Amino acid sequence: MSTTSNNTSAIASAASTDELAVQMIDVNKWYGEFHVLRDINLEVFRGERIVICGPSGSGKSTLIRCINRLEEHQAGRIIVNGTELTEDVKKIEEIRREVGMVFQHFNLFPHLTVLENCTLAPIWVRRMPKKEAEEIAMHFLEKVHIPEQAHKYPGQLSGGQQQRVAIARSLCMQPQIMLFDEPTSALDPEMIKEVLEVMVELAETGMTMLVVTHEMGFARQVADRVIFMDQGQIVEMNTPEEFFTNPQSERTKLFLSQILH
Amino acid sequence: MPATTKKLPWQPFHRNDMLPPKPPPPATTGVLGWLRRNLFSNWWNTLLTLLGLWFIWVVASSLIEFALIKAVWTGEDRNACLPKDGVEVGACWAYVNAKFNQFMDGFYPADQEWRYLTVYAVGIALLVPLLIPKVPWKGLNALLLFGAYPVLAYLLLYGAPSLGLPIVETTQWGGLLLTLVIASVGIVISLPLGIVFALGRRSQLPVIRFLSIAFIEFWRGVPLITVLFMSSVMLPLFLPEDVTLDKVVRPLVGVALFAAAYMAEVVRGGLQAIPKGQYEAAQALGLTYWQMMGLIILPQALKLVIPGIVNTFIGLFKDTSLVSIIGLFDLLGIVQTSLADAKWSTPTTAPTAYLFLALVYFFFCYGMSRYSLFMERHLHTGHKR
Repeated sequence: MSTTSNNTSAIASAASTDELAVQMIDVNKWYGEFHVLRDINLEVFRGERIVICGPSGSGKSTLIRCINRLEEHQAGRIIVNGTELTEDVKKIEEIRREVGMVFQHFNLFPHLTVLENCTLAPIWVRRMPKKEAEEIAMHFLEKVHIPEQAHKYPGQLSGGQQQRVAIARSLCMQPQIMLFDEPTSALDPEMIKEVLEVMVELAETGMTMLVVTHEMGFARQVADRVIFMDQGQIVEMNTPEEFFTNPQSERTKLFLSQILH
Repeated sequence: MPATTKKLPWQPFHRNDMLPPKPPPPATTGVLGWLRRNLFSNWWNTLLTLLGLWFIWVVASSLIEFALIKAVWTGEDRNACLPKDGVEVGACWAYVNAKFNQFMDGFYPADQEWRYLTVYAVGIALLVPLLIPKVPWKGLNALLLFGAYPVLAYLLLYGAPSLGLPIVETTQWGGLLLTLVIASVGIVISLPLGIVFALGRRSQLPVIRFLSIAFIEFWRGVPLITVLFMSSVMLPLFLPEDVTLDKVVRPLVGVALFAAAYMAEVVRGGLQAIPKGQYEAAQALGLTYWQMMGLIILPQALKLVIPGIVNTFIGLFKDTSLVSIIGLFDLLGIVQTSLADAKWSTPTTAPTAYLFLALVYFFFCYGMSRYSLFMERHLHTGHKR
């Protein structure tokens, strides 16, 4: 399926593949008849922070969910960490080990404590000894400023705390790429800040990050690139300064005028 | 103050010192307060309460009179339980006492009784610590109960001449022993099998999904009595002549598969209740399908459907009584057979026998029910408000 398209010459890549964290070439996806991703070409360099914004239904969540194969693309190629995503389950699992994801609704495991949430994947996927996994988990729980909640259950935490646990849970797998799917959209205003702070601190460590968000302050502060999507396609891509002060596309200008008051 | 200034109907307000939390007001004023609020809050509720009490009194008093006050506790034969001076006696417990061994084990040889008593004792010794959450070594415990124990139970119950245990044919098994064997094997087989078929029914693979649906719908579409008749009468006709399946094993398999189909649908209900985000989070962490199911989805899904699972267990336990129809002497079968004994033929023998049966079945079913409620509370990890 995805290998049928060899149309790689469409974008002559200047970068060597080991500098690239993610490479998307002519990616297309449909939900039934609905064309949700249209000719997506994107190269993400290692250590790059990319913010993706756009109106709802523009395909931005679908785009990053294709990177760890929570969604399947039907045409084009996606290469993550030098491994191409195909039907091969082993390769999908290999990629998922290196790609962390943070969801809008946290998706913590409610039947496990915070610490167990964080150690589960390292123990079962990375085959790490329990003690070592717990040390790493406590390290990252300190990074997200909630080591004291380690033995509570997710249901006992606030939304902001849960989202920070979700970030720590992903980091415990020590991934090379982090995907954020609207991480602050389900949070109360007072809790958005504590989550964004953690994300800024993570960006400062040099993590490769793809962030779908409406937090334009975050985009200005940490992004290397801002991508604006509409109707399943990339409409505009630029540095934050240029993107916010000098948007080119009419659609981008309209969008910015509506979200920046 | 100018007359035109409109006076606000409220006062501006602000607070710098936050209020400290206070304890709630005392909820009840003792037993009397509780009674008054819950049973006698107005004349209608008072009337209902009194009617309810009267009804309980009518039922309970006659039951107590029959089972305890007028009961006959000792005696050698029917003469003890016959009406005395034209006055009917109550429950004939002397009869239950005389038949007790038979009710417990059917026709199991008396000198071999220690064998199934040992099986009971080991079973309880392994089961009780597994059921109490605080006891450690759950893994080893489960391994012993589900791995080693069935082998031990088989060797002891059926026998192994090489170990000096004479064979006791399954046709000699009966009473509570047979009921417990069928019910426990059925329970132990039906839960994992039900989980497998529930997962199969939700599988992406068409063949597996079709086979699961076919299995579930077949067994759900057939009455258990039909299954039992099929297994005891039809199955031997289909099998080659030299293949003989044990008379107890046949309905045992039927009961287990029947319960597994119901279990599969119960578990499927639980699987459907788990949000998609749980699957996605597990996948995003790189868990394999079986890790995701075993560590994330099933623990939550099974916890949700504990009431349904226990419902199926209780149903299965009571359904074992249907094997008496195909000539097995389970607890119900053996009690009914004993009623034909002329030595104990009295007007109250049958009511006593059924009262005894009800008590035994109730003991086991109510026990399962209470334990499931305890487990639900124990596994609750959300915010308790």
